[in-house]
Amino acid sequence: MASFGRFIRLAFGAWALLLLVTAVPASAQQVNPTASAVKEQQLLQELNRIQGRVSIPDQRSGVLEQPQGREWREFRNVTLRWIGGIAILGMIAAIVIFYLTVGMVRLEAGRSGRTIVRFNGFERFVHWMTASCFIVLAISGLNITFGRPLLLPLIGFEAFSEWSQWAKFAHNYLSFPFTIGVVLIFLMWIGGNIPSKVDIEWAKRGGGLIGHDHPPAYRFNGGQKMIYWIVVIGGGLVAASGYALMFPFYGTGIEGMQMAQIVHSIVAVLFVAAMIGHIYIGTIGMEGAFEAMGSGEVDVNWAREHHSLWLDEQKARTGPNDGQPQPATAAAE
Amino acid sequence: MARMKFLCDADRCIECNACVTACKNEHEVPWGINRRRVVTINDGKPGERSISMACMHCTDAPCAAVCPVNCFYTTADAVVLHSKDLCIGCGYCFYACPFGAPQYPKVGNFGSRGKMDKCTYCAGGPEADGSKEEYEKYGANRLAEGKLPLCAEMCSTKSLLAGDGEIIAQIYKERVMKRGYGSGAWGWKTAYRETIES
Repeated sequence: MASFGRFIRLAFGAWALLLLVTAVPASAQQVNPTASAVKEQQLLQELNRIQGRVSIPDQRSGVLEQPQGREWREFRNVTLRWIGGIAILGMIAAIVIFYLTVGMVRLEAGRSGRTIVRFNGFERFVHWMTASCFIVLAISGLNITFGRPLLLPLIGFEAFSEWSQWAKFAHNYLSFPFTIGVVLIFLMWIGGNIPSKVDIEWAKRGGGLIGHDHPPAYRFNGGQKMIYWIVVIGGGLVAASGYALMFPFYGTGIEGMQMAQIVHSIVAVLFVAAMIGHIYIGTIGMEGAFEAMGSGEVDVNWAREHHSLWLDEQKARTGPNDGQPQPATAAAE
Repeated sequence: MARMKFLCDADRCIECNACVTACKNEHEVPWGINRRRVVTINDGKPGERSISMACMHCTDAPCAAVCPVNCFYTTADAVVLHSKDLCIGCGYCFYACPFGAPQYPKVGNFGSRGKMDKCTYCAGGPEADGSKEEYEKYGANRLAEGKLPLCAEMCSTKSLLAGDGEIIAQIYKERVMKRGYGSGAWGWKTAYRETIES
């Protein structure tokens, strides 16, 4: 039995040796060290990025190549400048044309001399905090997109860099009070800004911008509600995308930051265009409007013409003492 | 003038990281910043390759195109350099760079970006060649001394090549011809919009 076992083992060994001897030269001829090697173009086509392992502590440097920065460059240098230019210059042009043709929306009944509180101190504080931050953020932000072609040739490299450095600091720091302002605006005015049927009627009559129409409105009319939601949604988007850029790699990679920059900049330039319209109508666009955010008190006739339903509400709440503008208006008319 | 380029022969790179170390030491690059790194793709699998990567000094460099303060410039040797005096640390070059070359030291408020730092092709910056200011901001200026980047100079397998694009492409072509294979000049298509046929 033992010899038979040895025979089997020997036969098996010989067979294995034969296999090895015949197989080795065959495979040796076919050796191609790059047969299974990774190919750059193939990897790029699969994922549009090449990633691997690095032995240095900075694991993010494991991304070897990501050519999509090219598309982002095209957006940042061409597309965004067109979007921003058209939105902002278009808005300014529209306002200038409107102002020259229609002019300031006047108080038709004149001033009654009696005022009613429209925004209290806290509301005005929040408004102006957000507004002043917004203006600095807008200018410093537009500087990043338009400064190099427009301002740099005028003031030179050193001055422009110095100014941009400070603008960047201001942009980063003021984002915090701005965000707080947007949150407070959202909370304190949400009550009056839910869209309703009154707004449809208001919008149908063009907000009373043209002619002498005065569609009824509660505390906020359709246009103001639009501004409110632009501030809340637009402000929320710029804040979220902005913090993604300010704190790199906290939750996003390079593509995430490219996307964040695209969202941030598009929303921001549209936001700026919308706010130019808001500033116009709140100042030289409408008689008696600025006082609402200035002193906080508006003329009763202004309230009647632009926010008739709100005035009725206020009169019903405060009783006959404040609700006496009736004769005054009658006299004015 | 030469058109300086980097070429990493991935079939030769053994991931020893000597280029990374040489660079850090030569320029006294601060902690947390790596101007060059070695990336291993398909680690541990068949066909694994390691590639040493830094700034590729692109043709029509994306970083220079998107910089809001225009702080980049290209030397006569086609090396892409930048001025740390002008840089505002906004991060835009980093979004645009296909190779992840720009790095930012975490300084100041909430660890926000400081002045950008990247591979200078051992060519310093806008300051006077070999000056103390130049060394402090950008590291050594070997090119001004007639030397090539140290990473490539001390590559143990001569995988990483630096020099005039045409010459290193020729060296690579000859290698590929002799040994019969080559996985290509990594990053060239992206950086220079051309590649080496082999």
